[in-house]
Amino acid sequence: MTSDALLELRDVTVEFPGARGLRALTAPPEARRVQAVSGISLRVDRGETLALVGESGSGKTTLARAINGLVPLARGKVWFDGQPLHARPDWHAVRRRVAMMFQDPVGSLSPRKTVRELILEPFAIHGVRVGDRKARARDLLAAAGLAPDFLDRYPHQLSGGQARRVGVARALALDPALVLADEPTAGLDVSIQGEILNLMNRVKREHGLTTLIITHNLNILRHIADRVAVMYLGRIVEIGPVEQLLSTPAHPYTRALMAANPEPDPTARRERIVLGGETPALSARPPGCEFHPRCPVARADCATRAPALAPARTGGAVSCHYPLAADERIGA
Amino acid sequence: MTNTLTVKDLSVSYDTRTGALQALRHVSIDVPAGEIVGVVGESGCGKSTLIGALLSLLAENARVDGGEIRLDGEDILRASPRRLQAMRGNEMSVVFQDPMTSLNPVLSIGRQMRDIQYRESISDAEKSRRAAAMLGRVGLPDPEAKLHAYPHELSGGMRQRVAIAMAALMEPKLLIADEPTTALDATLEVQIIELLKEIQREIGCAILFISHHLGVIAELCDRMVVMYAGEAVEEGPVAQVFQSPAHPYTAKLIECDPGRLRERVESLPAIPGSLPDLTDPPAGCIFRDRCDMATEICARVVPPRETVSPEHWSACHHAKTVSP
Repeated sequence: MTSDALLELRDVTVEFPGARGLRALTAPPEARRVQAVSGISLRVDRGETLALVGESGSGKTTLARAINGLVPLARGKVWFDGQPLHARPDWHAVRRRVAMMFQDPVGSLSPRKTVRELILEPFAIHGVRVGDRKARARDLLAAAGLAPDFLDRYPHQLSGGQARRVGVARALALDPALVLADEPTAGLDVSIQGEILNLMNRVKREHGLTTLIITHNLNILRHIADRVAVMYLGRIVEIGPVEQLLSTPAHPYTRALMAANPEPDPTARRERIVLGGETPALSARPPGCEFHPRCPVARADCATRAPALAPARTGGAVSCHYPLAADERIGA
Repeated sequence: MTNTLTVKDLSVSYDTRTGALQALRHVSIDVPAGEIVGVVGESGCGKSTLIGALLSLLAENARVDGGEIRLDGEDILRASPRRLQAMRGNEMSVVFQDPMTSLNPVLSIGRQMRDIQYRESISDAEKSRRAAAMLGRVGLPDPEAKLHAYPHELSGGMRQRVAIAMAALMEPKLLIADEPTTALDATLEVQIIELLKEIQREIGCAILFISHHLGVIAELCDRMVVMYAGEAVEEGPVAQVFQSPAHPYTAKLIECDPGRLRERVESLPAIPGSLPDLTDPPAGCIFRDRCDMATEICARVVPPRETVSPEHWSACHHAKTVSP
């Protein structure tokens, strides 16, 4: 554990029941449990923003939920601010310093509470005394860029962007050190999205926050993240500085993911890599490199030997036997 | 060139407790035969109302206030319910956003694909054969076996392929695609875009592709229509609209897409303000309150369509000066 790391994960694994009921009796042992997150090690330094990207079912959200104790670990360790998290869990204390912004901005707010109650709720949950409740609610709302007249509204009276802002205010309430933001731009229009990301960048700067952002919106990575971790089937296949991962990724999956992102420019010349098939089920992980059945540059031994994360030319790490050179072209 | 779909001066409103909400106001859209036309717009721009009107499946409190919709010359708004039923699925069909909710969860794929051929006087075996052939064409492995599968047994991408196969099965003149890739991951999105292009080439239908995603529109469509708060504000060939947008809203929307920014920026662009109240739309230009080019005339006069180049128009008083 190095001194400037706020969060460190080692070999973090989360399992869920696989086959259930009668089928579980006859299922092979490996099918009874599936690993949604499998052997993840990473660290997030103080003040840094790490983005977790990956497609549906790659384990991004489960990993975030494991960090603040919403799902138990099957294996591995997490340190937060130098303290082991899951060994002697006092989640109440941890969650005062680790705030979560959930995926569905309106759905994560209780429909029967006003914005004022929603913003003051974290204080009540954690038994923190607030002197002037009215002033505190107004200040938090202002920090999230909303006028005081929103205090008496209910969630259904908010637009998606406004609900997001309330989520930001709630996350900031207890002055956390780490914010886990799950898909902060999901469901937002492009014209609103910029405002929310600017807000997040601003509060991050002003409050000295460290953030872990989960997103599948590749377009925003460059503007919010310092480093990016790419997940596939619950594992990190590549991690590194954002610019390198966007421009010259070393893992074929990262390359395909970046190339798959339709650009708002009809004249753009793009390297199109259409991956065959879909992400396999967690209960049917391919042998060897788990990406090999869809990999456009897989070689024979990829089907038998599993790669491990190793330092890459990007300055990060990649889990591939034959990482791509910066100028290597693949696909048609 | 003939138009497969012509929407002319269409206005639709909803009766609400606070008055008539004017969801579509004087919208005109042409979809030429064999072309892919994109409709782009954000929440509340009227995309869903437009689809509802095209299919004559509007909500009960909706009212068509004026205009006409013609499919291959035939007036849809005046067609009998019987005729409409014959047209839906046969001459025009839809691929919806979420294949899990558009497919029936308790019927097998094969049953659902035979059902939509109810107008055909052929045997069930022949219907199954045609269904399997179509599933093969949209890239489903082992199509005969898939006829016995239920929607939950397929992955999201496969389900959307089934939905496209069902929409294309009767070789419609017009295929309406309502955000068909929004629920899918990026790598599947590409597969579905390629598939739609293929299907269009094979059966030669026109496609009306509705999306809020500029990147997908840029990639797939020939022409595009930009909608804002119930109005079509700009239309033109995709390359031209992206290169030299002639409506301030289009220009802003393109500017807001962070995918265009190659360098990290401290402050991302956004469009301040919010949609106007459509139960009481402001006089003049609908976008003026959020527009930094607005002048005095914009508050008074509804902007007419200004042609900036052949086939490219914009409903803006300042159309010629939006792009330098």
